[in-house]
Amino acid sequence: MGKILMKGNEAIGEAAIRAGCLNYFAYPITPQSEVAEYLARRMPEAGGVFLQGESEVAVSYMIFGASGCGERAFTTSSSPGISLMAEGMSYIAGGECPAVFVNIMRGGPGLGGILPSQADYLQATKGAGHGDYRMLVLAPASVQEAVEMVMTAFPLAEKYRNPVMILGDGLIGQMMEPVEFPDHLKTEPSNKDDWATNGMDTRKSDRRNLVKSLYLDPELLNSHNLKLKAKYDRMKREEIRYETYHTESDYRVLIVSYGTMSRVCRTAIDELRSQRLDVAMVRPKTVFPFPEQAVLVASEKESCEQVISIEMSMGQMVEDVERSVRGKRQVHWFGKCGGEVPTPEEVIDAIKALVK
Amino acid sequence: MQSEVMFAGFGGQGILLSGKILAEAAMDKGMEVAWVPSYGPEMRGGTAYCTVVISDRPIGSPIIRNPMHLVAMNRPSLEKFAGVIKPGGVILINTSLIPISSGRKDVDEVQIQVTDIAKTLGSVRAANIVALGAFVARSKIIEFDILENAVRNEFKKKKEFISLNLAALQEGKKAAQA
Repeated sequence: MGKILMKGNEAIGEAAIRAGCLNYFAYPITPQSEVAEYLARRMPEAGGVFLQGESEVAVSYMIFGASGCGERAFTTSSSPGISLMAEGMSYIAGGECPAVFVNIMRGGPGLGGILPSQADYLQATKGAGHGDYRMLVLAPASVQEAVEMVMTAFPLAEKYRNPVMILGDGLIGQMMEPVEFPDHLKTEPSNKDDWATNGMDTRKSDRRNLVKSLYLDPELLNSHNLKLKAKYDRMKREEIRYETYHTESDYRVLIVSYGTMSRVCRTAIDELRSQRLDVAMVRPKTVFPFPEQAVLVASEKESCEQVISIEMSMGQMVEDVERSVRGKRQVHWFGKCGGEVPTPEEVIDAIKALVK
Repeated sequence: MQSEVMFAGFGGQGILLSGKILAEAAMDKGMEVAWVPSYGPEMRGGTAYCTVVISDRPIGSPIIRNPMHLVAMNRPSLEKFAGVIKPGGVILINTSLIPISSGRKDVDEVQIQVTDIAKTLGSVRAANIVALGAFVARSKIIEFDILENAVRNEFKKKKEFISLNLAALQEGKKAAQA
């Protein structure tokens, strides 16, 4: 099948269906409402369920409920809605259920604005809700990558029995680009008989499953958290994804950037290199786990004088970049957070100001 | 080689659709494309615009400060964007609604009574397609027959609109070549 031109939000909805997810619960919010609009029509066609919750809090527990019963389930929202879902995310992580959350970020704090932003980086990567939990967070830079990440997210969520988040900015949802839905990313839902409350019909044993996050015994809670930690450590070993741009040759400045912002940086790097100012980039595709080693190695290159985190926030990922670089190079930040995506020209000016 | 087209006008003028049809056509030709809308808090009747990026390489920044071309369907759009268009680009002006010129000497300015042509064809709603036909004929950004195919595809579920919109493309082309 050839490529089709699709809006990011619609492509995300279609990707979930192609990935075998037939449960979608959501509450509308700009700039991702087209996912619900699309799936309100498509889910019934595909034999699935779309239910609009009475609030984002309710939606997060619909996800918990469906997932606890062994179903693939996902939701989409945007920043303020994700804050409301954060409680449910914590319960889902505590109850060790797979789930997929898509955050098409808009500007904040509070209601902020409806234009593209990356201001939920810390919320997504350090824990939106309470307690010691992490989510695997995938950050697409194109509509095609959003499709592939959504399709990959379901088996990943099942592998870890943990929420996975797709973290895109508003432009990823609003932009149209050619997409295809790769057959090899279709997966069968895993067998969940050993943990899900999916009924006794198909069970070989008469063991009853319990999904819960309450551990009043301090020793049990500690060992539960150690078990969760082991999963997050395993993510760090097995799931780090990133892309490099021009890191094989010499460069004076290393950019770390993700999502739409990284595409702007790519254009800026092309222009800077044509002006004989060598710049390279590491683009995290997973922001949790963060590609620490890749950033460290790239920053340690002898020619590399400085590192800059470029993001549509007031400086969030820069904390992970600083941590990764371990003080070996000066780390800077450049960004904007009103909803205007910085242009290549603004990135070029920021880089030139560094090397003056 | 990359070029960018900004379509701008009132909300309801079919601005986003003409951009989408051009993007589909370029995609059908095997080009890399990105269609980027304005999605600010606009009302019907407010300004709407989108940028279509067409390239033979993967597209870097989808955010374009200085597009190559502009299709301006109303006066506020021309006033807002005429100054940012790259020298050598096409600025298409819908003179049915815009009584002024771009004031640019370094672009190929095309003045066409887009809305009036559409009315003559029987539907003011086809104005966006008249403009698209005129723009493509003038800029040669893509072969005209590929554009016609994209229009047929776009309206394949509303077949009664195909002949009207193909006629709109042709009238636009004629006006651009006059």
